[in-house]
Formats: sequence, structure tokens, C-alpha cells
Amino acid sequence: MAEAHPVGFQYVVEAKKRGAKVIHIDPRFTRTSALAHSYVPVRAGADIAFLGGIINYILSNEKDFREYVVAYTNAAMLVSEDFKDTEDLNGLFSGYDPEINAYDQSSWQYAGQQDEGQSRGQAHVDRETASGLEQESHGPPIPADVPRDLTLQDPRCVYQVLKRHYARYTPEVVERLCGVPQDKFLEVCEAWTANSGRERTTALVYSVGWTQHSVGVQYIRTGAIIQLLLGNMGRPGGGVMALRGHASIQGSTDIPTLFNLLPGYLPMPHHSQHETFDQWIDAIRHPEQKGFWANAKSFAVSLLKAYWGDAATEDNDFGYGWMPRLTGDHGIYQQVLDMIDGKIKGYFLLGQNPAVGSAHGRAQRLGMANLDWLVVRDLFMIESATFWKDGPEVATGEIVAEQCKTEVFFMPAANHAEKEGTFTQTQRMLQWREKAVEPPQDCRSELWFFYHLGRIIRERLADSKLERDQGVLNLAWNYPLHGKRGDEPSGEDVLFEINGYEVATHKPLSSFTEMKADGSTAGGCWIYTGVFKDGVNQAARRKPRTEQDWVAREWGWAWPADRRTLYNRASADPEGKPWSERKKYVWWDEEAGEWTGYDVPDFEKTKPPSYRPDKDATGVAAISGDDAFIMQGDGKGWLYAPSGLIDGPMPTHYEPVESTVRNPLYEQQANPTRKVYDRSDNLTNPSPPERHAEVYPYVFSTSRLTEHHTAGGMSRQLAYLSELQPEMFVEVSPELARERGLQHLGWAHIVTARAAIEAKVLVTDRLTPLRIEDRIVHQIWMPYHWGNEGLVTGDSANDLIGITLDPNVLIQESKVGTCDIQPGRRPTGKHLLDYVQSYRDRAELRPDHQAPLVTTEVEEEG
Amino acid sequence: MAGSNSFYGPLDPASDAGYVDAPPRKGFFTDTSVCIGCKACEVACKEWNLVPDDGFNLLGTSYDNTGGLTANSWRHVAFIEQPTAGGCGHGTDTPGAFAGMPTGPSVSAATAVVGAGVGQDTGTSPGVQPAVDALAAAGTIGTQFLGMPGTDLPGRTTDAPRSDFRWLMMSNVCKHCTHAGCLDVCPTGALFRTEFGTVVVQEDICNGCGYCIPACPYGVIDQRKEDGRAWKCTLCYDRIGDGLTPACAKACPTESIQFGDLDELRERAARRVEALHEQGVDQARLYGHDPEDGVGGDGAFFLLLDEPEVYGLPPDPIVTTRDLPAMYKRAGWAALAMAATAVASFLGRRA
Repeated sequence: MAEAHPVGFQYVVEAKKRGAKVIHIDPRFTRTSALAHSYVPVRAGADIAFLGGIINYILSNEKDFREYVVAYTNAAMLVSEDFKDTEDLNGLFSGYDPEINAYDQSSWQYAGQQDEGQSRGQAHVDRETASGLEQESHGPPIPADVPRDLTLQDPRCVYQVLKRHYARYTPEVVERLCGVPQDKFLEVCEAWTANSGRERTTALVYSVGWTQHSVGVQYIRTGAIIQLLLGNMGRPGGGVMALRGHASIQGSTDIPTLFNLLPGYLPMPHHSQHETFDQWIDAIRHPEQKGFWANAKSFAVSLLKAYWGDAATEDNDFGYGWMPRLTGDHGIYQQVLDMIDGKIKGYFLLGQNPAVGSAHGRAQRLGMANLDWLVVRDLFMIESATFWKDGPEVATGEIVAEQCKTEVFFMPAANHAEKEGTFTQTQRMLQWREKAVEPPQDCRSELWFFYHLGRIIRERLADSKLERDQGVLNLAWNYPLHGKRGDEPSGEDVLFEINGYEVATHKPLSSFTEMKADGSTAGGCWIYTGVFKDGVNQAARRKPRTEQDWVAREWGWAWPADRRTLYNRASADPEGKPWSERKKYVWWDEEAGEWTGYDVPDFEKTKPPSYRPDKDATGVAAISGDDAFIMQGDGKGWLYAPSGLIDGPMPTHYEPVESTVRNPLYEQQANPTRKVYDRSDNLTNPSPPERHAEVYPYVFSTSRLTEHHTAGGMSRQLAYLSELQPEMFVEVSPELARERGLQHLGWAHIVTARAAIEAKVLVTDRLTPLRIEDRIVHQIWMPYHWGNEGLVTGDSANDLIGITLDPNVLIQESKVGTCDIQPGRRPTGKHLLDYVQSYRDRAELRPDHQAPLVTTEVEEEG
Repeated sequence: MAGSNSFYGPLDPASDAGYVDAPPRKGFFTDTSVCIGCKACEVACKEWNLVPDDGFNLLGTSYDNTGGLTANSWRHVAFIEQPTAGGCGHGTDTPGAFAGMPTGPSVSAATAVVGAGVGQDTGTSPGVQPAVDALAAAGTIGTQFLGMPGTDLPGRTTDAPRSDFRWLMMSNVCKHCTHAGCLDVCPTGALFRTEFGTVVVQEDICNGCGYCIPACPYGVIDQRKEDGRAWKCTLCYDRIGDGLTPACAKACPTESIQFGDLDELRERAARRVEALHEQGVDQARLYGHDPEDGVGGDGAFFLLLDEPEVYGLPPDPIVTTRDLPAMYKRAGWAALAMAATAVASFLGRRA
């Protein structure tokens, strides 16, 4: 955190000054470790084993916050008798279909659940379209009367299922698997549990490297399970927070730059699953289901009204027919491979530098070299705009500048100080940003670019009668223009549209509960409704914390409905009283008959804690007075996910796709449902039980340095930053340096099945070998900031990484892999290709190589 | 004592320099126990003061690629990777960051098998654990890799057990001494004492004689090759005159660099040392805070977690001009004596 988020780290320093204990768990000793009380080295890719060990510690020592767990989690729910655990099936859950490498999740459900489960192949489609988690956030349909055991003693209740699942994740196993000495591990367990309960809460803060694993979603889930067991969710000082990679990454999922989502986490329609408007709406709201998603139709209709204005009417399903449809996997990696295969002709890059910043840099560059056109909008001439003339493939002869057919349009972009708008940070808080200066010369904002691009396209298509063009032609594209040149749309106008308004009066909505399904309201993102409450830009509020209470609700604006802590109903006990005076936050005021507190209650304001729904109630009315997790289909925080997660209802330790060791816990080596792209240009290093893992004997990880920013586009161009970290380097332990003959400040090169890159060597005690099972595992570390443009240049670490994705969200495994490291510089030109090939030959990686997805016999289900 | 505003004088530099009703003396308190080595101070300083970059050189001294305070780097963050017995986390209570971590023959079993060509089973069959023989092979084969160029870090060898480790960071800066040698020796008056008690070079007066450079007991002030003039931290004279915080302190995210009235900073620092001692950080100490030291105390002083030498600071700095009055006196006596001798010799000749 100190390394990549130094400004945020000031609060850790402040907490430490006030007596907080700081523990840092990381494969390498970083600037964060330097300030921590305790540093715990760990093997990259073994986090579920580590966190699962903590769950085992909590459950076997009964350290859970029992009243919270019983009331607010699904611990008491009974799981179907058909469910079989990884402990029974050697690393697979019940329902695995080896033909499609996905699960039929029927057997994972609660006992007595009315839903029939998924059709065969549903999980496969969910994986293709990264939509499994839409079920997670919407929750499955749960009848009000599923069997529960509030004593948590029934062997089939979630609590006991969880306990059995993690029973083998003992401190000894954590030591063998993660390389963490038992006393260090227990120190973490004790600190976390001692700081949780009625009087205290613990926040779990992770950085997004945690998501970049083939089991990334399950990493976060494991953390969430611990936080639920310890009662740290929905309470002040608790929660699970993601430190984003740069400004407004939260905003870019809220109003997404993702292929599978629409604003406010509405799913992008799928061509076969959501043929009609009603199918689409019902897929979101699940009729008969409880929770706030029941109102999805008004959110969806308001969105379509914002898109198409007057052209969106009840008669044409508010323009639903003009919406694009998913036909399968349109994730970024599939697209890059499609570019290589010539299936994609054009590509827009905005503030993104995949030639350096994305996994498998060579595939990225070869893909971009096979387009008709490429538009790059950036502050500087980045590698993704120049790969065709001086990228690494030009040196190897794979790209010949004269023959590269891609026409590259470089458009200079305005930076964050040269345009207005909002940033949404990890607490879901929108903060308005003023424009400080005019962008120089031809630099323009994204708002300017897309407004005028849309305007020009619409002018070009004006006479078109083609059905496919009607969606573009009918867009509500009437933005007043401002600014010195008189051609700049106003950011506040757009924020107003996002907020939503009454169509007839143009009056801003103050809450998403005001949205209507009849087309009388429009709104670009339902969860942001309220940010322009009363016609005032609430995100621009800047009242200092010294002039308000500690929740500081008059600084910026947080979605939804300006709530600073989600699910804060859980900060009170089932009767609505604060769990403790110290952690008082939101509570039921009996006299006033309403929820009140320091924050906006995340609950219907006048629904008493004692409220119990009728048996047939659905939607919001079905939420019980003690169902704190109001967006979930069962109102409960999920210790166990009865559906939705493609790789299993409970996190399980799988080895990284590229690992030097055999999975010590299961015969199933790696995530059996991971998304793979087996191609000759995307080979995976062999891992046990395959032969020849020893060709790539070391574990590597990559991350950032404080001194640079992501792919370097904004830092390698600046002398003051470049001089602070002027060269690509690789960090190795003294032990590994000795083993491979690496000299401090000398050259070394690193080899995987994809590439070989070179770097200067830093020999440092900050890296340590680990003892894993009976062998010693060396880890090396590299920053990924360098490319061949800018004031300081170097090879890119992301060239080493292959494309294998988490099945739930299609994020690549880029924080752990295997490699070899050798002293000296890498070969150049065509020799480089031969050199990488020589490693593949030794590893017997043929062009048609496929790493086995299942490494155990699938037992027949009983 | 030679002159009231120069050499080795009283402890109130601004009024000593002739300012009437000078504002309180300003300074920096740099608390290295909360420094995270982000180098924001270095960048902010250069941005504000338009200091050129210092060249793009990977130095290999941990994450320090600045190297030291120079004419082109007025803040410098030092990084010290230190094997220690005192616990990690800037010397706090938990022992053994690396205790129990393996060292010695440090080759993975799989590599060893390949290296040895023994073809041992490496546990690549489903469910089969690595053969014990492979580990034995690792032990024996591992030693074959020894004899490569030495890569030991100072203070430990690869054969010694890993015990503990800490990573110290410190943002260094001009000390703005009470008795400033650079100021004493400047022949042009380019270096002057400000009303805030700080020491500043006036770039339009400096003639590049370079006398100030050996006069600094800390090796701070430096000549810029391109223009020959001397440059160093001004404690943002242009900012503090307008009531602003110096750029480095403003940019510091963890309040490692604190700016303020020197008297108040000294009190704050004393409390911080006390608090750290209570938390078990016995090695916390102040450096440059003592008006009794060889430079009359620094305007920019530090909280360190080890001996000053570890950070590259002189343990007992003394203003280089301290002995000048005595030396002049002696030189004067010598001159007189020589003159007397000469006179005597003339007189003798007459006689």
C-alpha cells in the first residue's frame, strides 16, 4: 500500500501512531513492510490456503461473532444433500462436467430451494460473458421458509459445511503450503480475531493485484467470509475495500467500460438469453425474489430513456431492440486473439497502453499490428501507438513497418487537470474535479471527443434507412456546448443526466426510488441518482472534516443514496440496537419509528426490526426486519454461495496455473473451470503433474513502484520521475543470485514460454526463499513499468505473462507465474525467438499443447 | 568571538544577523520513523524550485537512485537495507521478519534433479509427493552452484541464517545550521541569513568561487557543473515568506517532513521520541536538535532509528569555521612575531 498508494498510506501511519498494529503479508518486503510491526513473507498464489487457514482458526476456536453470524449470514441455511465438497472429490465440487469444464450448480443449492438449478451449459455461457457474478449480486430466488438450523449444529448447515471444508487448512498446512512459519501465521490469526467483535472492527484492504489470479474472485471471497464470520461487514471501521490501480476505477465499473455490463450493474443483453425486453428485465429482477433488484425495470427503463429520449416509448420497449447484444466472450483478451486472427478491424485505446500494461505484450502488439485502424488517445506517444515501427517485434522481424497495415490515429488527450468531471473512489464516493487549465494545443477531453465523434457519425448516417443504424440515429445527442471554443459539452450536464430527471419537468430525481418503469423518468445510472439532488452538484461538496462529524457526509457524495457504509443495518443487532456504544452507527429509533444514525440507513426507513414478511411476499416487501443484506436474494451475507460462482460455492486452494509444486491439498492442481485460450501463440509453462516444470523453476510476480505509474505512459515521459527509477530491474534473493550466478547491477534475463526479457539485477535481502513442502521455492520480483518509449526504456515484464483467466470475471492471472532466470542479456533479433523456442523444446511445449484442466479422476456422484 | 553576525556566534541567528523583530526561526523536523520512501519530497522540491534532473542512473543502492544531496537534488531520500537483531518495522516489537526462512544450499529440488541429471521423480505424477531423494539431491547439487561471483550484501552472508531485517528511509536536506560554515566563508555575500534564520544562496550574486563547498560539515552544498554556481535547499524562502509550507513538507503524505517554528518542532520531536521509546523503539533518537552541538543546532533536524553514520550523516558535525577566530589570532601573533623578528633583525644590523 505504501508502495502503490502512498497518499492513502498516511491513514495507516496515523492509525499506527494511535496504537494500531500493522501486519504486512507479501511475497516481498516492500515499503509497506518497512513500516509494519510485523512482516510475513508468503508464496505468491497461495492466498486461499493462508486465508482458509484463518477461517479454520476462527471456526475451530469458535472465534466467530456468533450472534452476528446467526442473524446476518447464511450460516444457518441447510445445504442440499446432493452437495459434495472438494474434500470428498479430491479438489472438485459436485456437478463438474468435464466436457465443458464447468459445474452444474444444482447440487450446491440450499435444501428445499425451489429453483430447479441451471440448465446444462449455463455456467459455460456465464463464463463466456463474465456474468456469473450477476447472479451473486442479484442473489438466487430463495423462498422465505428454507430449512435453517439456528443452533448451527446440523451437519448440513452452512456453518458446519464451511467448518469441514477448511478443517484441513491447519497452521501446519499453511506453513507447508505458503512457507509461513506457524507462529507468524498464528500471530495474524490472533490479531485479526482479537480486533473484531462487538467493541472492535477490522477493515480488510486489498490492492487489485489480488484480483489478477485464476482464482481471483475466490481470493476476495475468502476475505469476505472472514469478515462476515468476525462481524466486520456493514459496521464502521470494517468492510472489504479494494485499493484501485488508478483514479476512478470504481467509476469505470459503475458506469462501465466493460463488455458485459451497463451502468449501475445492469447486465448487457445476451442475444439468446435476453431476446425480449421482458426476458432481460426478468433476468435482473427475478420475479418472486426478494430484495431491491425487484425494481430493476424502473432502473432499466430510465437508462433506455436517457439513451434514446423521446424515441424510447412503451411501444418499442423503450428502444430495447436497438441495444447491442452479447454473442459470447467479448473480453479484452478474446478480442486481442481475434485481432491476431483477423476477425476485428478497429480498436480504440483511451488512456490504456496494452503494449506494455496488459498480459502477453507480444499478443497485444501482434493483434494491434493486424488491424485496419487503431485510435490511440493519450497524453504521450506511448508504445501502443508506436509498436509498428519500433516495438520488440520489429526487432525480431515479426512486424515489418512497411508492411504493417494498421493505420494508427494518435489523438492527444487532455489530462485530469485540463478537464472537469468526477472521480469515484473505493468507498464509492464521487468527488467533483474542476478544470484547472485549458488543455494545450490539440489536446481535448474524452467528453469532447465522444460528443463530436457521435455527432459526425450521426451526420454521416443521417439518410440511412438501415435497421442497424437506427439505434445511433435515435440517440438523444443534444448537449449544449460551452467553453472558449464553444465546442465543449459540460460535465455537469452529463452528471445531471446520469443522476436522472422527470422527463416532463426536467426536474432532477433525488433518489432511485423515484425512478419509474413507465418512461416518465430518465436516468443514466440508477445507483448515482441523488448526486444532483435539488439541482446541486453534491459531488462538489468540500466541507472539511474538522467542520463536521467523523462520518463526514458533507464531503463528496457516495452511491447509493449517499451511504458511506453499505449494509449498515448490520451495525445494529437484530433488535435494532447498536452492537456496542463504541461501534454505534445506525440504529432503530423506537419512539420515532424509524432507522436513524450517523449515516443514511441502508434499510427501509420505517421498517421495524420485528417486521416479518408474508409467506408470498416478493421484492422489497419480502425483506425481513433483520435481513441486513438487502440486495441478496435471501437477505443474508453469504459464507457459502449456493449459486453464481462458476468455480465453486467455497474458496478452495488451487495452485496457480503455472506453479513449481504439486497441489499439496488436492489431486486437482489448478482451478478446473478457469478460462483458457490454448493456442500456439499462448502456451502455458508446464506445471505438475505435467512433466518438465523444472525448465521454468522459479516463481515470479510483478507489481508497481511508487515512482512510476502503471505502464509508464505518464511517468517515463517525466524527467523528475524517470530519474528516481531509471531502469528495468529484477529483484532476487542473495540465495538465488548465488544459485544462478547473478551479479548485483549486472544483467539477467528472464524466460517463459512466451518471451525472454532482460533487466538489471538487484540482489536484496527483501526477497527470501521459502520452504514449500520438501523443497525450496525461490521467488523473483519485477516492476512492469518499462517499454521502448519515453526518457527511460526497458523490457516489459508483462511480455512474460500468458493469458489464462479467472472464470467469473475474465481477469488474467498476471501476478504469479513460473520462469527461468539466467545471467547476462537476452539474445536479440531472430535469435531471441530461437532462444525462447529452445526453452519450449526442452519443456516439450508443442504448438498444440494444452495444460490439463482436470488432474484427478472425477468420481461419480452418489 | 569575531563579529556578531558571523563565525561561531550566539544561538539566535536571525537577530544576530541584524534583523530587528525577526519572526520565529523556521525549520524542518524530519521524522524518519514514518518515512515511506515515496520521494514525493524530491519531486515537489524540483517542481517548485525548477531544479534540473540529476541524470538517469540506476545506482543499485536499494531504491536510492539519487545518490545524495547535490546542486540538482536538494532533498534526497536514503534507503538502508539492514540486517538487524532489533525486529522489523523500523525497530518495533515483533522479532524475526525472516526468522526461520531457509538459506544455505538454496536450489529447488526440481532444478537440482535436472542439474544433476539424476532423473529422479520430482513429484509430477498425480498425487505423488516429491521424492525425498530429490531433496537430498538438492542438498548435494546445490553446493555445485557455489563459487559464482560473490553477491553477499554487507553484514550477512548467504550461509548465515536469515534472522531479521529492516529497511530504513530518510529524507535528507540542508541543515540550515545555526553556525553555518558556508555562510561564513562566502566572499560575495551570495549566501545570507534570512529573517527566518535559514541560509539561502542568491543565485544572481553567487560567482561560483566554491569556497562554501568544503566549508559545509555535512557535504550538502554543491556546485552545478553547467553554470558553476552553488545550489542547495532554500527552505522554500519564496514560499515561507508568503506563509506557505515548503514544497517538500507540503507533499509529504505521512508527515515525515514537518515544517514550523523551530522551538515548537523541537518540543514535538522530544514528545515523539518519548512516545517511540514507550512503544519499545529504543533506537529512536534525535539528530541535529541540540543547540549545544558543533553547529549550534540545525534548523533542519531529524529523528533517526540508528546511528547517524548508518544514514550517511556525520556523527559529530562541527562548523568548519569554528576555529577560525583562534586561527586568525594565532596567525596574527605569528605575523606580529615575524614582524618583530624582522624589526629585530633590522635593528640588529644597525647595531
